[in-house]
Amino acid sequence: MAAVSMTVNGKAVTGDVEPRTLLVQFLRENLRLTGTHVGCDTSQCGACIIHIDGIAAKACTTLALQCEGAKITTIEGLAEAGGKLHPMQEAFREHHGLQCGYCTPGMIMSALDIVRRNGNNLDEHTIRDQLDGNICRCTGYHNIVKAIEAGAKAMAK
Amino acid sequence: MYNFTFHRPTTVRQAAGLLARNPDGKLLAGGHSLLPVMKQRLAQPSALVDLSLVEGMTGVELKGRSVVIGAMTRHADVANSQVLKDVMPGLAAVPGSIGDPQVRNRGTIGGSIANNDPNADYPAACLGLGATIITNKRRIAADDFFTGMFSTALEEGEIIVKISFPVAKKCAYEKFKHPASGFALVGVFVSKRGPDIRVAVTGAGSNGVFRVKSFEEALKKRFSPKSIEGMSIPATGMNADIHASPEYRAHLVAVLARRALAKANA
Repeated sequence: MAAVSMTVNGKAVTGDVEPRTLLVQFLRENLRLTGTHVGCDTSQCGACIIHIDGIAAKACTTLALQCEGAKITTIEGLAEAGGKLHPMQEAFREHHGLQCGYCTPGMIMSALDIVRRNGNNLDEHTIRDQLDGNICRCTGYHNIVKAIEAGAKAMAK
Repeated sequence: MYNFTFHRPTTVRQAAGLLARNPDGKLLAGGHSLLPVMKQRLAQPSALVDLSLVEGMTGVELKGRSVVIGAMTRHADVANSQVLKDVMPGLAAVPGSIGDPQVRNRGTIGGSIANNDPNADYPAACLGLGATIITNKRRIAADDFFTGMFSTALEEGEIIVKISFPVAKKCAYEKFKHPASGFALVGVFVSKRGPDIRVAVTGAGSNGVFRVKSFEEALKKRFSPKSIEGMSIPATGMNADIHASPEYRAHLVAVLARRALAKANA
């Protein structure tokens, strides 16, 4: 076992993990932050996307120990303390950007990274292209794309 | 995944020492090839030596007439490097075609080259530009580096520190992307630097990345798609799998080479 410490959603956390513990396991099983999902466990579906030091990554393909000292943001870290949703979350609700909801946390974390890289005015082509690493098994992409376009705009306000 | 010990050195020297003490250990760069393979239990290193804290292994720099890229530079950072986009957009376009955005945020050039996946993109760029792979021990020409599928000239304990690409006036990469994996079903990198003309192919050969000497010869007269019009390469030695037959891959090599030439001249 090895000690690991990092900042998750602004809080300092520590844990004792096996070196083979994936970041997603650490988040879900040690910290009980179960908003980050495991869809495929093979780096393809994006349900596990979180931010490491502000940059989107797949938590199923990252070891917890690789994140020693890092700042992690998960879906739980987006809403304000009083429960007010992040503009991107709000846009997903408003535009019904989900069906079963399983891929949604990853979609939203990915959406924020698309905004980071491409700004707040996103066209449909950019969004679809940049969602390459997220799979919605319900195939509900149409509203997801609309939600991301609206959410990106709302974030600029 | 089988368990292992985990190490985070801060210098190349320490990393080399850790590898020497752990003969069944492996270097961990971005981890986006190694960790999936370990999950499938196709690899079971006794130790992982994480290079992410090692100083001086990241960045893209123009040095004289070469672009030098640190081995731990992530795909996204190479793709977005203004220096590289200015001097050699054909090379900057290569990492932008790898995997998906999250993979590009973590995967590294050194990891890709050391792994030498027969469908990876960077090996074609290295061979197609005549790059030099600089390790903690020596400098290795790309022509000598890639020795076969998943195999390289790297010795035990040898660590890629950076890769030096000579700046080619004209170069481009064309790739037939597998729609699910994002890997190259076939990818062709072409370049012209003075009299030195290179055509390197990934994804097609059953022995990994290779050069097409017949095309290179034909392009000496004129570096243009017209020069290789009607030419083809034999299907022998091409990969065969559920995605494509050897004949189809051989056909794609010629098509993509012509497209890459057109792009390089554009």
